[in-house]
Amino acid sequence: MSTLASTERRAIIRDSLGVGIATGLYGTSFGAISVAAGLSVVQTCVLSLVMFTGASQFAFVGVAASGGAPLSGALTALMLGTRNTLYGLKLGPTLGFRGWRRPTTAHLVIDESTAMSVTRDSGAAARVGFLTTGLSVFALWNLFTLIGAVAGNQLGDPRRYGLDAAVGGAFLALLWPRLANPRNRIIALCAAAVALGVVPITTAGVPVLVAGGVALLAGLLTPPATKTTEQSPR
Amino acid sequence: MTWWAIIGAGIGCYLLKLAGLSLPARVLEHPLVERVADLIPVALLAALVAVQVFTNGTALTIDARAAGLAAAVVALALRAPFLVVVFVAAATAGLLRLAFPGW
Repeated sequence: MSTLASTERRAIIRDSLGVGIATGLYGTSFGAISVAAGLSVVQTCVLSLVMFTGASQFAFVGVAASGGAPLSGALTALMLGTRNTLYGLKLGPTLGFRGWRRPTTAHLVIDESTAMSVTRDSGAAARVGFLTTGLSVFALWNLFTLIGAVAGNQLGDPRRYGLDAAVGGAFLALLWPRLANPRNRIIALCAAAVALGVVPITTAGVPVLVAGGVALLAGLLTPPATKTTEQSPR
Repeated sequence: MTWWAIIGAGIGCYLLKLAGLSLPARVLEHPLVERVADLIPVALLAALVAVQVFTNGTALTIDARAAGLAAAVVALALRAPFLVVVFVAAATAGLLRLAFPGW
């Protein structure tokens, strides 16, 4: 790490902390939405500590909110979690963590830490971006999850404050950057239509998994020549 | 049951992260893996939006949540940050219900 100039190092740390603070803050919305979905404050905090990947956590409580079985929520969360495997594949050679460092840093592989490290031109710069972003998001995400969950518990009926509508808004915000790609817009519309189509004939939680199947099918049917444009991880 | 799902899915998500750091990078080079992995979040998130906003149990409905979603679209088009988008969606639905109880 000694090869990294101190000015560059400071700039990376500053940018990474900015991302960490912005991301950590919306842990508040996760905490509030999770208790509105019927999870306890402790369950909500354990989700943020152990799962620690925003989209999967929102999906888990989203399925719970619609009355789905916990198993459906878990499967949806895991399918969304496969994204982090891809990030890890890209990050592994760049970060160059070996031995005990690999299992300890793996927990920090999320959208934001990937975005703040994968574009760096040296391993040292990538490690500073990855660790600063990952650790600051982890600390603040968990703190604000607790704050949001406790505050949400005091509110009473979540529908009065439109918290049920907040869940849809949160998912759309996570989806939005990916819709820049025209092919993704078509996939998104198909998935939404398929999910709504099977809602009347399945139990809650299943429609979302069926929509995941649409993605697999589309991936198999799209000709390999279609190269996707570069997009940001979130 | 909920606890098992939380712990199981949590550990599973960690293992998915660890697998990425541990597997050789050439796994990613398979075009099919790359395409499918790219599409899964799009399909799941779009389905979650639809189910969250337009269903009530096993019935399809349009209520204040749809207005909340429309407000979120406007906020996103104006490049609002995540927290603002979520707040706008909630506030829109909450205010509508205040004006039209039962919506």
